[in-house]
Amino acid sequence: MLSYWFFFVSSVLMIASLFVEGGPASGGWTIYPPLSALPQAMPGSGTGMTLWLLSMAVFVASALLGGLNYIVTVLNLRTLGMKMTRLPLSVWALFVTAVLGVLSFPVLLSAALLLLMDRLVGTSFYLSEIHIGGEALDNMGGSPILFQHLFWFLGHPEVYIVLLPALGITSEVIATNARKPIFGYRAMIGSILAIGFLSFIVWGHHMFITGMNPFLGSVFVFTTLLIAIPSAVKVFNYITTLWRGNLVLSPAMLFSIGLVATFIAGGLTGIILADSALDIPVHDTYFVVAHFHIVMGMSAIFGMFAGIYHWFPRMYGRMMNTKLGYAHFWITFICAFGVFFPMHYIGLAGAPRRYYSYSEFPMFQGVVDLNILITLFAIVGGLAQIIFTYNFFHSIWRGQKAVQNPWRSNTLEWTAPLKHMHGNWPGAIPVVHRWPYDYSKPGMPEDFVPQNVPLAEGEEEEHG
Amino acid sequence: MMTLLILAVIVLGILAVTRLSRVYELTSALRGKREEDITERDSRMNARLMWAFPFAYFAFFLWLTVAYADQMLPVSASEHGVWLDDLLNFNWAILIVAFFVTNVLLFYFAGKYYYRKDRRAYFYPHNSKWELGWTIVPAIVMIGIIIYGLSVWNRITSVPLAGTPQVELYAQQFNWTARYPGKDGKLGATDFRLISGTNALGVVTPNSIKTRLAELEEIVVVEKKKLETEGGFLPPSKLTALEDHIKHVERMRGRIVNLRTLMDQDIAARGAESPYNHGSDDIVIKEFHLPVRENVDLVIRSQDVIHSVFLPHLRAQMNAVPGMATRIHMKPTITTDSMRTITANPVFDYILMCNKICGASHYNMQMPLTVEPDGAYKVWLSQQKGFETAEIPAAEVVPATDTAAVISNTTANIPAVTNEPKKN
Ligand SMILES: [Cu+2]
Ligand SMILES: [Cu+2]
Repeated sequence: MLSYWFFFVSSVLMIASLFVEGGPASGGWTIYPPLSALPQAMPGSGTGMTLWLLSMAVFVASALLGGLNYIVTVLNLRTLGMKMTRLPLSVWALFVTAVLGVLSFPVLLSAALLLLMDRLVGTSFYLSEIHIGGEALDNMGGSPILFQHLFWFLGHPEVYIVLLPALGITSEVIATNARKPIFGYRAMIGSILAIGFLSFIVWGHHMFITGMNPFLGSVFVFTTLLIAIPSAVKVFNYITTLWRGNLVLSPAMLFSIGLVATFIAGGLTGIILADSALDIPVHDTYFVVAHFHIVMGMSAIFGMFAGIYHWFPRMYGRMMNTKLGYAHFWITFICAFGVFFPMHYIGLAGAPRRYYSYSEFPMFQGVVDLNILITLFAIVGGLAQIIFTYNFFHSIWRGQKAVQNPWRSNTLEWTAPLKHMHGNWPGAIPVVHRWPYDYSKPGMPEDFVPQNVPLAEGEEEEHG
Repeated sequence: MMTLLILAVIVLGILAVTRLSRVYELTSALRGKREEDITERDSRMNARLMWAFPFAYFAFFLWLTVAYADQMLPVSASEHGVWLDDLLNFNWAILIVAFFVTNVLLFYFAGKYYYRKDRRAYFYPHNSKWELGWTIVPAIVMIGIIIYGLSVWNRITSVPLAGTPQVELYAQQFNWTARYPGKDGKLGATDFRLISGTNALGVVTPNSIKTRLAELEEIVVVEKKKLETEGGFLPPSKLTALEDHIKHVERMRGRIVNLRTLMDQDIAARGAESPYNHGSDDIVIKEFHLPVRENVDLVIRSQDVIHSVFLPHLRAQMNAVPGMATRIHMKPTITTDSMRTITANPVFDYILMCNKICGASHYNMQMPLTVEPDGAYKVWLSQQKGFETAEIPAAEVVPATDTAAVISNTTANIPAVTNEPKKN
């Protein structure tokens, strides 16, 4: 509850920051000081920036409370028989996400508070030897690089805070719709944990060219490239889950397959960016924009769409329109690649990000038509979201009434009555007897066996 | 007009979707079809699209690569850039193989095994050997990538040999200034408090300190007079601002006086070796030239916010951070003239651009770089005027006599920037 209301306050502050004098914070989402610390550095470093920082501070409080709630629930409130090794991967992903949030968000809070103090009470945490607006400032001894360390200590885990839930959702949706157990359940848990752990010791890969000690850079190269290993495991496990499955290509399933495709495309370019030497020529170019929008934007959003299409019947007791879902997926999928794939080339041509116009650079005239192509794809892809929005709201009120377990899924939420009620189940909560991926198990009459069905006589429990 | 048109398109789009979905709903209701029943027909259609997609995807990839090959950066114009390009190509070779293999498998399976009522999926929860395989193979590949990558990184960031000539690049909103050592071959000390109209980089010399102190003195006098004459009429907020400003300028004066003491001690102790004695012949200029096939140690500083030195043709990039000096150590290998031939572009220029968002005109914070033969470079350099050895334009501020006196005092030499030389 508190988490929700903190989030609400934070959103109000953030939206309010759009309407103050000087406009909203405009130093990029990374808000590096001194640009973000000195109102005289740019118009977008005025009240809008202060509100932005306050909003972030309140948001962190919200994220902490929400994260603790998830952790405690997963650890303490599992139903009888729900061992950690019987948890659906979606829950595993949310659990690790919450842990990452709890451990990394406080550091962002401190970064934001120190920046607020630099802005409002004249401290010098991030400021030193600055001459701006015709005046030398009093601030001495601070370091703008300190902010970057604090920021990216959150910033990198944040990537996985965004991505892991999507990967968890995908695991669930792919298994259900492939009518086949997720391949390598334990390896999937292991890779989630490995990614979560590694995400804390790689933040410096955002700072290779800040003048950081080259040896320190080498360490971050090593840790960052290690992440490729659990990521590769996940990709191969998804692909093997599809192999010889019986794939129900529902909209949720399509978005999950789309996620795997974008995770591959974005993950591979990450290997280039993680290499400190290769980062020198492509750092802060459109290559980076392409990389992280494919992996963090498309993958995360595809996972979100997969989750919405899959669990909509649970949320609203009605079904979303499948045909519209197909149209939404294919247009979005094609346009998303149309938007972000060419950006690699713009980046390799040397074009920096965060330039609002390239008109001053003859050397980029040759890739202007790529920008036009991107814009066209973006417009069409954006319009496709109208289909989704319509489908979503129309289905809430007018969609076809859902049945108890429309996707014939194994997990517990589908055993709860359609009518929403406190505690989800009337009377006793179900007891778990098996892992969630008994799909197409030989010897079983149906191609799915929900978790609350006791083991049959002589049946072996599967452990992934 | 355009907005109206777009709005109209959106509204029409919504209407079309509404009507179509209504028709679809009515017909499917008639046929008794439910949303959760993904028919074999639907699955087959999507499966076919899953097969078609990679063809379009790879064709797009190929087309971009071929059609835009000549828009990519030309051959690297620096020594380390060639190492980087080789490393990049090595990485691409591995990544493109991985890209094709994984995508082909993904879309092939997605299209092949679509749902049919009479089929049953193959219950296959795990296989330790396979999983070990695709843990170990990526691990080995990663080790190769890491070792090769770090060896290049170590070479690029190695400490420049002693005596490598230094050139300073100085960033401010929204332009670049270069500083070259004068005859002494050393860059002089700097301090941000000395920055003024006549001393854009805050070079510290006995004379520049004297000039700056005089300027600040004058500001205090003017502002105090203002406080006396207008103080009574100013609104309280303006009055405090004025008083604060006077205090601020006086604080600055005090610190510069301290700096002068430090300087005097250093000069007394080290004599000609003192960095305070290197500044007066430094060349401060809004032009950027480098000699070809010579190592250079670029010292990068910023006046206000973080900027970034980005020289895409030389594959070089380094942030400019206020309060510290960063370095790029490199060797340009192709002159501007040769590159004009290579690119068949008679107006080609190397461009230094800012690559860290720094405010409103960030998108146009650029300066051309001329790489030329050593001889031409030396000639160009010799035609430039020293920071104090040339006529000082703002003669109104500085009594002319001081200038002459100081010149004789500061022709001595030796290196060093004031800031900790942070390598790379
Ligand atoms: Cu990161
Ligand atoms: Cu800039």
